[in-house]
Amino acid sequence: MNSSTSSTRLISTLGLVAAFSGFLIVFVFQSTKPRIDENKRIAIENAVFKVVPAGAITQRSYVLTDERLQTHGQGEDIYAAYDKNNQLIGIALSGAAQGYAGIINLLYGYNPRCECITGFKVIKMTETPGLGDKIIKDPAFLSNFQALEAKLNNDKNALNNEIVTVYHGKKTHPWQIDAISGATISSRAVGKAINTSARQVLPQLFSQLPSITQLDGKYDKQE
Amino acid sequence: MQAESLGFIFINAAIVNNFVLAYFLGICPVLGVSGKLNTALPMGLATMLVMLISSLCAFAINIILSNFDIEFLRLIAFIAVIASAVQLVEMSMKKFSPNLFRALGIFLPLITTNCAILGLALFQTAKEYDFLQSLFYSLGAGTGFTLAIVLMAGLREKLDLVDVPSVSRGAAMSLMLAGILSLSFMGFTGLGVTY
Amino acid sequence: MTSRNKDAQITMDDFLVGIWRENPVFVMLLGMCPVLAVTNSVVNSLAMGLATTFVLLGSSTLVSLLRNFIPKEVRIATYIIIIATFVTVVDYVIQAISLDLYNALGAFIQLIVVNCIILGRAESYASKNSMLKTFINSLGMGLGFCIALLCLGAVRELLGAGSLLGHPIFGPGFEPWVIMILPPGGFFVLGCWLLLFSWFKQSREHKNQHKTTAEVANHAG
Repeated sequence: MNSSTSSTRLISTLGLVAAFSGFLIVFVFQSTKPRIDENKRIAIENAVFKVVPAGAITQRSYVLTDERLQTHGQGEDIYAAYDKNNQLIGIALSGAAQGYAGIINLLYGYNPRCECITGFKVIKMTETPGLGDKIIKDPAFLSNFQALEAKLNNDKNALNNEIVTVYHGKKTHPWQIDAISGATISSRAVGKAINTSARQVLPQLFSQLPSITQLDGKYDKQE
Repeated sequence: MQAESLGFIFINAAIVNNFVLAYFLGICPVLGVSGKLNTALPMGLATMLVMLISSLCAFAINIILSNFDIEFLRLIAFIAVIASAVQLVEMSMKKFSPNLFRALGIFLPLITTNCAILGLALFQTAKEYDFLQSLFYSLGAGTGFTLAIVLMAGLREKLDLVDVPSVSRGAAMSLMLAGILSLSFMGFTGLGVTY
Repeated sequence: MTSRNKDAQITMDDFLVGIWRENPVFVMLLGMCPVLAVTNSVVNSLAMGLATTFVLLGSSTLVSLLRNFIPKEVRIATYIIIIATFVTVVDYVIQAISLDLYNALGAFIQLIVVNCIILGRAESYASKNSMLKTFINSLGMGLGFCIALLCLGAVRELLGAGSLLGHPIFGPGFEPWVIMILPPGGFFVLGCWLLLFSWFKQSREHKNQHKTTAEVANHAG
């Protein structure tokens, strides 16, 4: 009796199993893709509505490519929120910075009318529960972000004042963030994440904002 | 996205977010093999070698997969690469150091099921590291794994000679030990963060 | 003839063995990585347990179905392909069900593929037993795994966050033992459970020993 199997038998078995597995994976991937895309869209929408001013009804995603706003492409994600009159009431941008125990990813809201930050939401972080995670719970810290100034200078090519986090109790200007005492590094991370993103994106966005201030039916037809 | 320096990535993977003690990856071999110090160290180094090879291949695979838009095959591709890397290391060890090969025995092919290696490939994909960053990440992770397994082995060797309640001998004690080690490694949090 | 009948018999033992006597986590100490990593809350533990059980059932049943067709030389490679397929399937299904759950479980869903339990079952059981027997046994193993995860998850969430399934149990005055939801907590809680099991086993062995010595004394007397 043959103790070793022929090579054709080995290869054909592997080939058959691989083919079956490929078929199953592709089938599941195709069937779940619409549902997954919808879940992702809802998650983005919920996050955006939490950080922009109240009253947002519709959300549209854009990409900032080569200083132009487009609906698809590679570049900075710009999430725009519109109210019931289809007027732009705020945009959400993402930022990231090294916190105490890992990278903190967040989404922050910007109101172009008052040129200020209106809130932030942590998307992902691994800060120590009870210490670093105060940045999402401490009401005094969160009140920093109700109207955090992010005005552009006269040339509109940079922030007038960089957003900085200062030690607890030392806040004197509207563009500063009062850190949580005992959680300075995590507080600084939030400030750094927002500042790094704002100083780069907001000047580029300034000239493009008029094109998305009014939501019209042209969104889906843009390329 | 903030660029992490290479040194930071290495220290982070090896000590601050040690793969075994912070992420729970690679526990099975650490608990199973680390009875003796002189098998623990070669095991750690063999795993580090496999990690290095798999990490670099995983980086290449990701580029290919995203080019052809077949990302759903990522898991199968990764595991195939890991199994092949383990086979490679096994064969070279058999040739260059047969004593070690015999000493490690069944644990060598079991490196394939070491969560740390697949975990490394998946984490580096999620963090979107470039080539050099992936290299340092895998070196750091391997160093961290070797560190953990050697520490555990040394401690367990000592504990074998000590008078402990018979109820706790074996896995229960090793886990308590791992818990204390993990606790002490938590002290390294915040290392390398500069503001 | 008789041995074939014995093999084909499906007993309750096939199902129960995975829950108690050969519990994958508490007795065989397999599949540790997810056990410690995702058990920081009950809902995560449950999801991970169910996902692993699904992969275990699917892959072991398929391996058992094909056990006479897979040549010995390529069996490990084939098992791995089958397991990886089921894991990829469960990965996409969880994403479709709930993105929050998916983000909470993180990479550990994909790490089910290197869970020693699944490959071990395929190699030692599914390749030698009938499809129905394998299915029942895997069901028991999966259930045992879920129970183990829930034991850990419940303790860790209760002590570490003062809640179960997100519902606060203790009042607002409870100061949570944060360490419980961090890595060292996982090690400690599992160590305690193993201690409990080992103590229980030892006391049973003592009781049995006393019984047999008493019986021997009776017979002799």
